[in-house]
Amino acid sequence: MDFSFTEEQTLLRNSVQKYLADNYTFEHFKKISRTEPGYSSKDWKQFAELGLMAAPLPEAYGGLGGGPIDVMVLMEEFGKALVVEPYVSTVVVGGGFFNHGGSEAQKQEWLNKIAAGETIIAFAFAEAQGRYNFADLTTTAKKNGSGYTISGQKAVVLGAPWADALIVTARTAGGQRDAKGVSVFVVDKKAKGVATRDYPTIDGLHASEVTFENAPATLIGTADDGLKLIEQVTDEAIAAHASEAVGAMRVLVNATVEYSKTRKQFGVPIGKFQVLQHRMVDMFMNAEQSASITYMVTLKLGESDVERKKAASAAKVQIGKAGRFVGQQAVQIHGGMGMTDELNVGHYFKRLTMLDTLYGNVDHHLKRYAELG
Amino acid sequence: MDVTFTPEEEKFRKEVQDFLAENLPKLGKSSRREFETKEDFLGWHRILAKKGWAAPHWPTQYGGTGWNVTQRYIYNEESARAEAPALLPFGLAMVGPVIFTYGNEEQKKKFLPRILSGEDWWCQGYSEPGAGSDLASLKTKAVREGDHYIVNGQKTWTTLAQFADWIFCLVRTDATVKQQEGITFLLIDMKTPGITVKPIIVLDGAHEVNEVFFDNVKVPVENRVGEENKGWTYAKFLLVNERSGIAGVARSKKAIERLKEIGRAEMLDGKPLIATDEFSRKIAETEIELNALEYTELRTLAQESKGQMAGPESSILKIKGTEIQQRITELTVEAIGYYAYPYDRFFGDNEYAPGPDYATGQAGHYFNMRKVSIFGGSNEIQRGIIAKAVLGL
Repeated sequence: MDFSFTEEQTLLRNSVQKYLADNYTFEHFKKISRTEPGYSSKDWKQFAELGLMAAPLPEAYGGLGGGPIDVMVLMEEFGKALVVEPYVSTVVVGGGFFNHGGSEAQKQEWLNKIAAGETIIAFAFAEAQGRYNFADLTTTAKKNGSGYTISGQKAVVLGAPWADALIVTARTAGGQRDAKGVSVFVVDKKAKGVATRDYPTIDGLHASEVTFENAPATLIGTADDGLKLIEQVTDEAIAAHASEAVGAMRVLVNATVEYSKTRKQFGVPIGKFQVLQHRMVDMFMNAEQSASITYMVTLKLGESDVERKKAASAAKVQIGKAGRFVGQQAVQIHGGMGMTDELNVGHYFKRLTMLDTLYGNVDHHLKRYAELG
Repeated sequence: MDVTFTPEEEKFRKEVQDFLAENLPKLGKSSRREFETKEDFLGWHRILAKKGWAAPHWPTQYGGTGWNVTQRYIYNEESARAEAPALLPFGLAMVGPVIFTYGNEEQKKKFLPRILSGEDWWCQGYSEPGAGSDLASLKTKAVREGDHYIVNGQKTWTTLAQFADWIFCLVRTDATVKQQEGITFLLIDMKTPGITVKPIIVLDGAHEVNEVFFDNVKVPVENRVGEENKGWTYAKFLLVNERSGIAGVARSKKAIERLKEIGRAEMLDGKPLIATDEFSRKIAETEIELNALEYTELRTLAQESKGQMAGPESSILKIKGTEIQQRITELTVEAIGYYAYPYDRFFGDNEYAPGPDYATGQAGHYFNMRKVSIFGGSNEIQRGIIAKAVLGL
């Protein structure tokens, strides 16, 4: 039994930590997220130079041959710094689809580009009626010569305003919610038939509503059989975002404890009040339980489908509940200050809230976990 | 024990319903976010003032309606059901009652009619950077010089001070005695030289609260309410009033209705979200808590109708009322799924935000509503009040 990190993983954490401490302050986050284009291409390039994009990808395609643990390590740091750059959608989701489902040629083409930080990928899966069901699709793809054309609408595609390519889920056969008949495609965002409406999100990211009208698309993996691949890749993304949430929670726990030591009311630091002490202990336990379940899901990503799915859903439930509790209580204990845009606390609370929604909230994953037996 | 309504009361309900149906459509919305400008807030106030209904709870000699507790209950319920805008509490519910209870005749004559008509906009100068939950530790200082006080210091979290004509302030007039015994209640004209208002943006992006700075602000002694150094008594009277208004039962009922509508429109695997056990049970749970709170409030009202002042148990109304309001916003964000993401303030008034109309601004509202368990005496402070004053711990 060993939960220690390898030398490479420790080095990775140190270099990410140092870069973010020197360059990615809270003020920097606010500035880049609020000015066009909403992310920093300079930071994106630096992440690539630090080897962050290459870290989890296979050596054969320009990667460093690491894996989910490297992603976990750096995502916790990203979470602590409120990083907005689309690392997960590009490296974990984009990289994941090509790595697990792509042809040899696709791997050569895309994984090398991703590892070098030369492309940004967004994942267009959500539809207004579909909620968290990946198979509930009205977007359709039709065979057209050697490729496909896609038509339909995708909702809230995070990172799409900056993306070069979109990974799109579409129905190629079967009824609207059938598990069979779902396929995954890559679409050039500049291609004819792709229209986007870009906007900022409430947690400081950017997203697009995307409309496809006979847009040319290239299949990833096997036609009609994409759901299995989607679940595998999004479970990996869930693990990455879980670690991001742990980073955010740890910042909130520390900030709240520190604040309670200095903020005086009734002549004493408010941290002396037992009711707040116990509340902060609960926040701490929530964050630690979340860190533990993030280890669990990260270590189980390579196991059987059922084991992996259960671990991912377990993480979503734990993180969703804990994120809500830690976020709400951090604001409450900071009082009016916690409500301000000026203090970082509210921004972590917002990020944690939206992370609960991403890839299905607590209710969705509680049900998924229970149904897996 | 009886909670049915008499034929007279039903007749009154009909009168209220007719009035609302006739007058609410007159309110033009000047922006998609209903309450952004001063006019947005005042429009409904003016209509009610014309009808004589702006301050039902005031004594009739100052412009109250003379309604009994049941009529006020019916009026509030119908107003919320019709989604009439809530009137701002600072003049009507806070300083107004302080003035007619503790003010002198000139003050009553000068201020009450202008509060009633909506002519004067009031804001509340209570909290300070160092005095939140521990309000009595406030430091803003007022020194008597002839027939004036000279005020120096800072107030914060001052709601909508950017529009205010007047601010009612707790100031320290004696620093040598027990904290509560050196506080005075002043009415200050916001146009007085030396007052600066700085905005505080809150986490949904709204400019709702401010910092207010006082730099050698001259306040005539005639603007003091009651006696010097007795301000804490008036402040506490106001806080109890603030607490009972905060339960918001009728508005939460309406909000639950809205949530159910959203639950019927949102789909999960082709079925309405509200048809799922998980979601419908969460709504039911919230609604049941609200039922209990409604009867808790009715018990308080019944007591008040016998002439007894609301006691420390009004803290129950604040705690449970705000917890329910927050729970409803939480469930609303759950209901709308991915369309909680778009930042609504990015979109112009004539532009549609992505997603269904009912989703626009809901996440921001959820974040914004975290304030209700903090302001008006945080819920921790309220629990402390119940522990001490009710349970005798």
